[in-house]
Order: sequence, then structure tokens, then C-alpha cells
Amino acid sequence: MKKLMIGNEAIARGAYEAGIKVVSSYPGTPSTEITEFVAGYDEIYAEWAPNEKVAMEVAAGASVAGVRTMVCMKHVGMNVAADPMFTFAYTGVNGGAVIVVADDPGMHSSQNEQDSRFYARSAHIPMLEPSDSDEARRFVKTACEISERYDTPVILRTTTRLAHSQSTVTFGERVETETKPYVKDITKYAMMPASAIKRHLAVEARENRLKAEQDKLNLDEIHIKGKDFGVVCSGVVYQYVKEALPDASVYKVGMVYPLNVEAIRKFSESVKELIVIEELEPFFENQLKANGIACSGKDKTGLQGELNVNKIKKAVYGFEENKPLSDLPVRPPMLCAGCPHRSVFFVLNKLGCTVTGDIGCYTLGAQPPLRAIDTVLCMGASVSMAHGFEKALGRENTKNQVAVIGDSTFIHSGITGLINAVYNKSNITLVILDNRTTGMTGHQDNPATGKTLKGERTYELDFVTLAKALNVPSVVQVGAYDLKLLEETIKGELNKDCVSVIVVKQPCVLLDKSKKPFLRIDGCVGCKRCMKLGCPAMSLDDTGRAVIDKTVCVACGVCKDMCKVGAIKEA
Amino acid sequence: MDILIVGVGGQGTLLASRILGAYAYAVNQDVKLNEVHGMSQRGGSVVTHVRVGVNIASPTVSAGDADIVLAFEQLEAMRYAHFLKKGGSLVVNTQKIMPMGVITGQCQYPTNTEERLNGEYNKYFIDAESLAEQAGNVKAVNVVMIGALTRILKLDEKVMKSAIENTVPAKFLELNIQAFESGYNYGVQL
Repeated sequence: MKKLMIGNEAIARGAYEAGIKVVSSYPGTPSTEITEFVAGYDEIYAEWAPNEKVAMEVAAGASVAGVRTMVCMKHVGMNVAADPMFTFAYTGVNGGAVIVVADDPGMHSSQNEQDSRFYARSAHIPMLEPSDSDEARRFVKTACEISERYDTPVILRTTTRLAHSQSTVTFGERVETETKPYVKDITKYAMMPASAIKRHLAVEARENRLKAEQDKLNLDEIHIKGKDFGVVCSGVVYQYVKEALPDASVYKVGMVYPLNVEAIRKFSESVKELIVIEELEPFFENQLKANGIACSGKDKTGLQGELNVNKIKKAVYGFEENKPLSDLPVRPPMLCAGCPHRSVFFVLNKLGCTVTGDIGCYTLGAQPPLRAIDTVLCMGASVSMAHGFEKALGRENTKNQVAVIGDSTFIHSGITGLINAVYNKSNITLVILDNRTTGMTGHQDNPATGKTLKGERTYELDFVTLAKALNVPSVVQVGAYDLKLLEETIKGELNKDCVSVIVVKQPCVLLDKSKKPFLRIDGCVGCKRCMKLGCPAMSLDDTGRAVIDKTVCVACGVCKDMCKVGAIKEA
Repeated sequence: MDILIVGVGGQGTLLASRILGAYAYAVNQDVKLNEVHGMSQRGGSVVTHVRVGVNIASPTVSAGDADIVLAFEQLEAMRYAHFLKKGGSLVVNTQKIMPMGVITGQCQYPTNTEERLNGEYNKYFIDAESLAEQAGNVKAVNVVMIGALTRILKLDEKVMKSAIENTVPAKFLELNIQAFESGYNYGVQL
């Protein structure tokens, strides 16, 4: 059977075919859909973990217990999971373990553009990179086999374009894998100096064995065409190269780490000029140069952003592509009409707060007209950075210091920051935007929604109870749509000389798909006050009066509270 | 055949590309699609790539290579018109959706759309928003546009309908077929 699949669905299919039995992940664009598709297979236990570190440890546990396992994350998630991963490389596996990491060149939906290939090298974990959906499917199974044969977790790397491009996948059969017996062995699984010293030697030995046998694995491909010009590339870039440089000979890297340097040396000897075409860092290029293989690369393609067919043509032979029209208004993403985050940011902006923000839909509160966020760093940083502001400047100078974080992000890594703030006697005000879902990545459940990835009811984390258990001196919960109450609550908590937690509990407006009422405007005086909300349902007509688009409005009523002349009414 | 579907997050470019993918599959062509997920969904500018043919490599369409730019919104048509090759076709829904900068008065929505879209390509303007509303739901703009495209490219109407059937949820099928037909029949005048 054949089917068009995005790379992420194909990876899920690969996990099914490889006989993987346990998958644990935290959502993160562009990796999220892998685990969502995995959840559709009854043969696989799949879950959302609260963060990537936990997910990695679940996978390590399942592997040591004896089954094939997979853990999926975006590139910055690997930073969170790096702690267990580096030592998982030492213990090795029992059942095969696949770590999927999705990089985001061009930062379609990320805060940085880091290159995960360095993790493979740094942790001495083999890394594979597929170039289309079907290869992604196949490589999951190959990764499981390499994992078991060489006693190591294996990383499967993708990028946004692979993760979210559809191409044809040919189905294979599922291999039913036996659960391998777990045998207690503290020299292999309990990493403390005495055992870890020996395991580090084992890591080096298995990597040498893998390098020696690399040719037999047949993961790289060599396509000889012209003699003048050879290209080394991997992943989706291979697809661009095929189109941009149809006459070039190509060395397509399938195993990114360890790089088969000697095979590339041989390839380089068959062409007059060698160029490495890779997105992000000169990962291949520097290794080849260090091994005395002459090549060019980043001097032509640059470090920034994604590559594509035209960029490669330009880098290699100075192609000029069509230019877009200039001076067009930009259209960045924004908070939806009725988004429960809007009122919070409006109030924070009005009160002139310094706001440390976090990762999620609410990051969009940094943009005009709300302009309510000062900093965005990484998952959970809002809480700890607010505390840092206060300790740097003192309570007197940080009376308007607020941290804003979403429900899923707070659970991911905001909790420890809050514990720190309470422990070290801070006075920060923390707003937890509890919209009952993991919004930005496309509505995944989390420990506070009461539902599992597979849709079963489960225990529900309660933020108020949790904050009280941490001994937060002041904890309140409010809804998002009563603007006056919200403002009074935030003002009140800012004035308290202690850590305060305000839980703004209001479901994401997209969760309820039923048809919603809308508001209308009658008697607008054109003061433009409501325009400060940045609601996509509102605009000004030719006479400068506010109008509401009834197809977009959901009657959240926040604009109604703002209007001084009562012009906004129920329809 | 290289098609770029552009619009505003929430307009259903993804569903449109999946319908075209299903169509191409049904007529035994190789297909690659590239979708937009995540950040871009929240009312931002979105672009979806559809490539149909034999031995397609890159999943994305290159600027200057597109046979069709199917634009669900005027400003987005202007933003991506340079993707068209000479002799290609620009199919534009005349709907205007104001970006936040225009709503808040930071910048102006372009007024001279037709003049500025002056490349060497064919242009078709359709009020798909009204057609969708007549068909029963203003959100069916995407399928109205598929209808218009089917007529312009002389694609097989029956195969496209079954592609729609295989792609949209059953409870919205009737609405979508009506939307398709209104776009397809509007195409007669183009």
C-alpha cells in the first residue's frame, strides 16, 4: 500500500513497522505530529510527557526494560533532554532506542536555529538523516537495528521541510519484536564513576566498530554524473541539490554521525571540485577540512536560514531569482479573536509592567499593539528571569515585575523556577495563563487538562493546589474576560511583598468548535480605544469608526468592557 | 505542475493542498506537498507548496517556477506573485483581510493591486468570499478556489469531486461540493 504522508506521519509509520512499543515525547514544532500519529496505533503505548527530559528518561527506562522505544522532540527540546541523553549514550540499550530531533532552519516556529548534529558528535550517538517521507519511515527501523547491534541510542534528525512535506510512502509489515529479558547489571546501567569509566571505553569501542563497518550499512548514497563538480549533502537539501545542480555528482549522507570521511575522500578524488551544501553549521565541511579533504561550503551558502533550489543555484553559479514586490505590509501571526491571553497583556501594558515572557502562543503578546512582553528566552525562563530581575535591582525597583507563562510551559519547566522564587524569598508576580491546552503546537493535552494523549480521562493537575503546596504566600484564580476584575487582581498582587501566583483560567477559544455569538457596534465615536486590543475581529471603517467582523468575532466581550460610550453590544 | 497556495492562516490553504494532492494521486502523478504548521497558523501569512509531475525532488516550489499561484487573499497574491513563471496564472480571491499593522494604523493596505500585479502571467480575479457565502459557509473559500482552478486548468471535474470527498469530513461534504461547483461554474466566465 502507498500513501502520501508528511515526514512526521511517516516516522510514526516507521515506528509501527519497527515494532516500537513505547513512545514518550513533549510537543514542539516541527516534531509534534509524529507522536500524534503514533497515538493512532493501538500496538504502541504513547504519551505526552511534561518535558523532553522526562520523555528521554521514559524511553531509557523502556529500552533497558527490553522493548524498542522512541522519543521525539524539537531541537531546543534536545537541550532539555541532553542530561539523560549523554549518559544514556554510556549505558547503551537493551531494546532499540530512537531519539527523533527536528531542527528548524529558518526558525519557522522557534527561538533559535541551533544545529542538533553537534549533539550526536558530542554525545557519541549515531545520527541518521532521511531526505523524504519514505526514507524517514525506513530509517526508523534501521535506527532500531543499529541501536541494538551497537548497543547505543540512535538519533534520527529531521528539519521542518522534511517534517511537514508530504511525499509517497510505501508501507512495510510490522516486525513483532520480543521483549528482551532485563538482566540486572550495574556496570552497564548504574552510572557512577567506577562503572562509567568502563562504559566510556565501551562508547569509544562501539563507535570505532561502527566506523569500521559503516560501508556495509549502506546508508549513504553516491550518484556519479559529471566529473567537474561533486556535492556532499544530506536530508531535504539533497532534494534541492538534485534539482538545482542536475549535472553534479552527489554524495548523499544518510548517516550524519559518524561521518564516513574515507568514503567521501574517495568520492572527492573522482571530481575536480567538491562543495558541501548543508543548512546551518559547517558540520560536514569542518570535518572534511580537518581530514585534509579540500572543499568549499559555508563561504558560498552562508550560515543563516533555510536553503532552497534557487539559493543553491545562486551559491554555485550566481543565479538571480525573481524579486518580490516591495513595501507590502507584513502579516505576522497574532492572537486569535477571543484569545484569553489578550486581556492579560492589555492590562500588563496599561500598568507599565516589566514582563518576562515564555514560549507559546502568548509570546505573540510581545507584538504591537499589545507590546506587553520584555523578554523571551526558553521554556520556563519567565519565572526565573523575573526573580533574577528582582535580585539584581531590589524589590523597590521591581514593583511592576511580572512573569507570564502558559499551563503546559509552566509544567514543563516553570515549576522549579517558582520553587526557587519562594525558597529565596522573592516578591515576583507570576501569571499562569491556563488555557487548558498546549496551544501553539496545535492543542495537545497536558497534565493539567485531565486527558492523556490517547484521549483517556486521567488525574488533573490543579495550579492553585500546586502553588499552595509550594508555599506560595498568595494564590488567586480569575477568568480572562472580566477586564476590570483582572486589572484589580493584578494590581493587588503586584502590591504584595511576597511571591504571588495568579492563575488566569480560561479555555483556548479554539477548543470549543461550536458556533459562537458575535458583537455589533452601534454609536461608535471613533476614539480608537478598542483598537489597543489588537483583536483581528475589529477594524476601522473609512470614517474612522470601529467595525466588527461577525465571521471572526466570538463575543468574548473584552472590547465591550473597554468602550467608554457603550457602543459595543450583543448582536 | 508547480502550484503555490497562499493566504492567511485560518483560510484553509492546507486542506486545499491536500485536495490537490489527492487529485494528483488519483490521476497517477507523483506528488510532493509542503505545508505550514505552528506559528504561521495564527492569522499570519501562509504558503503551501504543491508539486505534481514525474520524479519530483524538492518539496517546495522555487520563485519564478510556479505554473499557478492560487491566492486566497489580495495582499498575499501580491506577496507571492513573483513565484510565477512567465505565462503562469495568478488566481486571486478579491477578498481583503487587514493585517494587524493596517488595523492599528501603522501602515496602509495596498490600493493598486491590479496595477502592481503586472508580470508576464495571466490574471483571474474571483469574489470567492461571496460565492462561499452563497454556498452556505464563508469558510469554504478554499474549495471555491479549487473549483475555479479546476475550470482554468481544465482538470477532471469528477476526479476533483472525489478528491474533495476523500479529504473533507463527511458532514461538510455537501457544503463543499456546492462551494466547488460555484467556483467551477464561475470559472466559465473567466
